[in-house]
Amino acid sequence: MKKHILSLLAFSVLFFAFSACDKDVTGEYAELQALSPASQDLNAGVWKTVVLTTPDEVAVPAPSDVNSAEYQAELAAGKQALAGLSDKQKEIIRYWSAGSVLRWNEIMRYLVAKYNLAPAPNADGTYPVPDASNPFSYPEFPFANPPYSARAYAYASVAQFDALVAGWHFKSLYNRPAPYNVDATIEPYHVAKTSLPSYPLEDAVVAGAAFTMLRALFPADTAFINEKVNEAAWYKQWAGAAVASDVTAGLNLGKSVAAKVLNRAKSDGMKNAIGSKSIQDSLQQRVEALGETSWISLESPRRPGMLMMFGAVKPWLFDPANIESIRPVPPPSVNSDAFKAELEEVKREADPSDREKMRIVHFWADGTGTYTPPGHWNVFAFEEIYNAGQSEVRAARNFALLNMAMMDAAIACWETKYYYMVPRPSQMDPSIKTLTGLPNFPAYTSGHSTFSATGATVLGHLFPSKAATFNAWADEASLSRLYGGIHYRMDCEAGLLCGQVIGGFAVDRARTDGAE
Amino acid sequence: MNFRTTLSLLLLLGGFGSFPVFSGAQSLTDGIFMNKKFLCAGAFYTHEAWDEYWEGTLLRTNGTIGTVTTQNVMLGLNYGITNKLNAVVMAPYVWTEASAGTLAGQSGIQDLTLGLKYNVVAFNGLGGRMSVQAVAGGSLPLTDYVADFLPMSIGLQSKTLFGRGILHYAAENNLTFLLSGTYTLRSNIEIDRESYYTTEQIYSNEVEMPDAAQLYFRGGYYSFRWGAELTASHNMTLGGFDIRRQDMPFPSNNMDVTRVGVEAFYRLPFLGDLQVLGQINQTVAGRNMGKSLGWTLGLTKFINFNKD
Repeated sequence: MKKHILSLLAFSVLFFAFSACDKDVTGEYAELQALSPASQDLNAGVWKTVVLTTPDEVAVPAPSDVNSAEYQAELAAGKQALAGLSDKQKEIIRYWSAGSVLRWNEIMRYLVAKYNLAPAPNADGTYPVPDASNPFSYPEFPFANPPYSARAYAYASVAQFDALVAGWHFKSLYNRPAPYNVDATIEPYHVAKTSLPSYPLEDAVVAGAAFTMLRALFPADTAFINEKVNEAAWYKQWAGAAVASDVTAGLNLGKSVAAKVLNRAKSDGMKNAIGSKSIQDSLQQRVEALGETSWISLESPRRPGMLMMFGAVKPWLFDPANIESIRPVPPPSVNSDAFKAELEEVKREADPSDREKMRIVHFWADGTGTYTPPGHWNVFAFEEIYNAGQSEVRAARNFALLNMAMMDAAIACWETKYYYMVPRPSQMDPSIKTLTGLPNFPAYTSGHSTFSATGATVLGHLFPSKAATFNAWADEASLSRLYGGIHYRMDCEAGLLCGQVIGGFAVDRARTDGAE
Repeated sequence: MNFRTTLSLLLLLGGFGSFPVFSGAQSLTDGIFMNKKFLCAGAFYTHEAWDEYWEGTLLRTNGTIGTVTTQNVMLGLNYGITNKLNAVVMAPYVWTEASAGTLAGQSGIQDLTLGLKYNVVAFNGLGGRMSVQAVAGGSLPLTDYVADFLPMSIGLQSKTLFGRGILHYAAENNLTFLLSGTYTLRSNIEIDRESYYTTEQIYSNEVEMPDAAQLYFRGGYYSFRWGAELTASHNMTLGGFDIRRQDMPFPSNNMDVTRVGVEAFYRLPFLGDLQVLGQINQTVAGRNMGKSLGWTLGLTKFINFNKD
């Protein structure tokens, strides 16, 4: 009897010890070191911009002199703000001090994951379409699927990059020092002291660009974006590392440059990318006329193919007239022995009892409700840029190179998919079951493979010591789709090759943009 | 005697895959004790299916999943350490399939559940025998199955510890009822991804698993030869988030489920009192769970280790 009471007691102790365990999962990037770049890239004002023709295309008025009464008043106000920092402000400063470009990239991934949900079918078997002019009603705009998000990452990155090159131009031109370099009694909170001129403020430039671009890309989250813009633009003023006019000049510059980038977005063909039933019918009939089996949706009810005209969106790094030379070679006919061998291989490889393959499938799946494969490669870029302590302008440049290339990868891959209309393995053999969700568009070529080879090629150029690792990751990401039972090996291999070509276009640009 | 407990455990294995949280919580619910050195061994088959599920609080169908079926075979042992202290151990083999779409079914040995049941106090009252009992136990996954592939996953990979209080009443005329409340601690789990979205983007392969609780009632007729009872249970996840519109389910969703059922048994006198039991239950309310119909068939047998 006593023994039993003791064992119950022992259990109770164990129970409460277990319950006292810290279960909070905060994740890896909640706390980061404050950015203190090895190089300020002071010559970045002459780097080659993407949309801007010249870095002074948007004018920034000359700032007041540091000895002027106007500046001294701003300085005094700043010192007062610094002396009265709230805990909430300190938390915001610690968050953003890791670097505005890094943090906006992280916010982009959050927004993509939040909006990466396909619309649920209507009761009559049709599917509703998200409407940018009515973003709050279901289905919320946008459906941030892989092509949409590749494009979103690209525009957000390009706007930040062009705005920062312009910002660096004016920093050099006006050369107004940061407040702590004007008044040695100022000890900024948490932000590293540097020699970089603070007018216009780089964080406000990026925040202005994000304001214009993200509100257009994710209009249902305007309130959240506004709040983040306000924090990002002003945290250095609170921290004693900028004065108010540094911030307002930066915000204005960022917004104006981004407006020019947004004009490109409005006319890049995205509004036609969704396609239509008649377009899908004609794509299908074209390959059927060649004696092939066309891809059809395996969802029930059948969902229109995802962004069937995304292949016609305007690329950044290649001339769309050359699409024929970029498009991968034709796949074997579905009636050929070569195709049958591909199909049999999928059936062999998609093995739910192989735990290591399952791990690979799920590690790289980046499907519904995630930041997508382009987002995954942004995480890798984020880690390298953070570890290297790159300046804001170099960080923006590297994200722009990566994300322009991945948007172009999406364009080339989607053009290929809807050109050949190759059915998924499960369409050709319904006994093939998949270890991850089956994407609703044709198989050839694999988007994951194309994105990953592009990402690995660009990042391998930017961070050469890790090139072999990036390539190994791209290969694994590519194979994950074969193991998942949703792609043939030919989709993966052709996707990798095409992705390397597209990545090469970004590398060519990187070599000549003045930053290397 | 005691395997009608296990039965009610099995009822709750369904939903999006099966739930160690609920299975662990549901085991050892019986008010009845094995005598010292008696062993009860049981084998059970359970079938559960749903074609509607709650996406958050919205009840819907999904043509690309169709009907999801979860089946399991479970083996269990219940041993009387003393007349007042019983030990139970059980483990199921689970397999899943979807009738539409392409998602591959999963299969494997799921979690081991261990528990001790102690008869704290018993007294005569209300024309019968009342008792207050305490149960303590836990579960742990026996294999490295994939938890982050709902609704096809066979379990959630969480290790659990649970504590339960039981109030049991058995009348002279064989009417009986039981009420119990359970609290289950659940450990965090690790998934194959390095980042995932809940209501925010989390950069970790660790998933915070909220604890769970259960209320359970059963009542009806119980004799040595046969029994028939109504059951009702309400399982709650104490936290977690809702499945978003058209999203996939996730292990740390806020899963709630209310079920009602009937179960019955008969001991076959011509087969040495081999017990045959059956059970059926219907999910009547839920959140982030399948609206399932489940049934179980089982056999149990006593073995007496006392030297007579």
